[in-house]
Amino acid sequence: MRRYVAGRLLLMIPTLVGVAILTFVIMRAVPGDIVALKYAGSPVPQSVIDEERHQLGLDKPMWAQFTDWMGEIAHFDLGTSLWTGHPVVDEILVRLPLSLELAIIATLLAITIAVPLGVLAAVRQDTWTDYAIRLFSIGGLAMPSFWIGLLMVLATITLFGWAPPLVFTAITDDPIANLSQMVLPALSVGYRYSAVSMRMTRSTVLEVLREDYVRTARAKGVRESVVVLRHALRNALLPVVTVISLEFAFLIGGLVVTEQVFNLNGIGKLLVDAVAHRDYTLIQALVLLLASVFVLINFVVDMVYVVLDPRIRYS
Amino acid sequence: MTELARPVARDVDDVAKRRYLESTGPRRFVRFWREFIRRRPLGTAGAALIILMLLTAAFADRIAPYDPVEIRFSDLLQGPSLQHLLGTDPFGRDVFSRIVYGSRTALLVGFSASFVGCTLGLVLGVVGAYFGGKVDQLVQRLMDVLLSFPLIVIAIAVVAALGTGEDKIANVIAAITVPIIPRVARVVRSSALSIVNMPYIEATRAVGSGAVRIMFRHIAPNVFAPYLIMLTAFLGQAILLEASLSFLGLGVFEPTPSWGLMLRGAGMQFLEQAPWLAIAPGVAISLAVFGFNLFGDSLRDALDPRLRTA
Repeated sequence: MRRYVAGRLLLMIPTLVGVAILTFVIMRAVPGDIVALKYAGSPVPQSVIDEERHQLGLDKPMWAQFTDWMGEIAHFDLGTSLWTGHPVVDEILVRLPLSLELAIIATLLAITIAVPLGVLAAVRQDTWTDYAIRLFSIGGLAMPSFWIGLLMVLATITLFGWAPPLVFTAITDDPIANLSQMVLPALSVGYRYSAVSMRMTRSTVLEVLREDYVRTARAKGVRESVVVLRHALRNALLPVVTVISLEFAFLIGGLVVTEQVFNLNGIGKLLVDAVAHRDYTLIQALVLLLASVFVLINFVVDMVYVVLDPRIRYS
Repeated sequence: MTELARPVARDVDDVAKRRYLESTGPRRFVRFWREFIRRRPLGTAGAALIILMLLTAAFADRIAPYDPVEIRFSDLLQGPSLQHLLGTDPFGRDVFSRIVYGSRTALLVGFSASFVGCTLGLVLGVVGAYFGGKVDQLVQRLMDVLLSFPLIVIAIAVVAALGTGEDKIANVIAAITVPIIPRVARVVRSSALSIVNMPYIEATRAVGSGAVRIMFRHIAPNVFAPYLIMLTAFLGQAILLEASLSFLGLGVFEPTPSWGLMLRGAGMQFLEQAPWLAIAPGVAISLAVFGFNLFGDSLRDALDPRLRTA
């Protein structure tokens, strides 16, 4: 087990190095760097541009820029943003609470909707209840969450004359204002999210319900509710946990469009802005951060498996 | 006895003959779909939606009452009426016609991205499973990198590197293909792993077949069911991604009619004034993806119920 954990942790390194190289190469393959974009169309002499490139270290050869960056990473230094001049860590930390909060609320929402409905659909397989729940969940997968968001904004404007506020209030300043701001985005994201988890719950519960030990439990005269909740659901939860955690990892950086609709200033927007500005340090740090979150959550899920299901042993 | 036995024997012959005929390709195909329609109402509904969409795309020029890109300043932002079923946008273009033509964009992007992505994923998955060892490790790490890489960065980079414009639809397709590859490769690899060690593969090798032949004549056909299922599932996802990217301004560009693009500018800007601009394209996207998902789900239930594609 210990060897397995160590092996898994070591395997993260090549993946993350791969992500780092890919980001680095992709961003430099994109035409125009930050200096060129900044002075585009303005009559600035070439010497000023060269001077600025030199200050930012953009005139060094590619491999030197890459090794510099890797050296900084090894010292846990993410550098400063080329665009704002602030440390990258600060730029990220300002946005992270919003993205994290949204992801957490959406996750809670998804679990409370998905697990009961998924179980219900499985127990009532091929009845109208099942069809209705499946339609509801496939609908969640089909409707773009940003469009649901648009419709919700439209509905609140026309029905209540209320529009989402333009400035973000932190939960520590005013919990109620913060939550009223988060509720619509969380709903619009949570619907899709719960649809994904609901489908997984349904199919795994169905699978487990066909197992011999479920038949044994029924034969013993165990009540059906206990059979479903204690025997089947517990064993069906593993893949559901995986889906939920991977979605969670995605939510932290992947809500670019929803953030745009609700005018939220989260990690997704930061990433888009950073790419638009060719803010190399910020992009590299963000992509690496998001990839690390993804890889780490993957790892944690595998470890949680061992806790949830004692039959699983890694070697 | 003999009188009684003869017709029975003929029946048995008939049954055997019928069974044999039914087991030939085309018959089996017909039987499969007949069964599918009878037993899977949701999947059939999905197939109907897909056929509707295909017909719309094929006959767009006959269905659409107006030219989707023609600008008419006399008809700006008109509400739905008999003349303009779904109203007009701020350029006076007929929204219904744009939605009808938008089905072409959606299908083109969805099908190409899903087909290329799933096929590359199939090849990588089979190659990894067949060779194992270092090759497999390398493929898997590459797939991990692609999986953990934010799609949006790829999309922005592709669009920025290859440029934007009316005829640059291939860029969007390329950007959407990338995230599909690792997901398919993973599923195909795990299916192929169980086949690689089967005796018939060893037999094929003993007869002297080369690696390429074994992989693509003997292994690939056996992972065709998951491939087909993922092809339909990712078709819907690709349409959804195209809409999201176009909405962000990173996908299809004006004046090409695209559902996501229609939501982007006018849909957001005139949300209160002209809600039809935001509602109609969203309904089109949802119906299309809905159809592919419904169909893909039932196809999975019919072909390979244990497969999990979220």
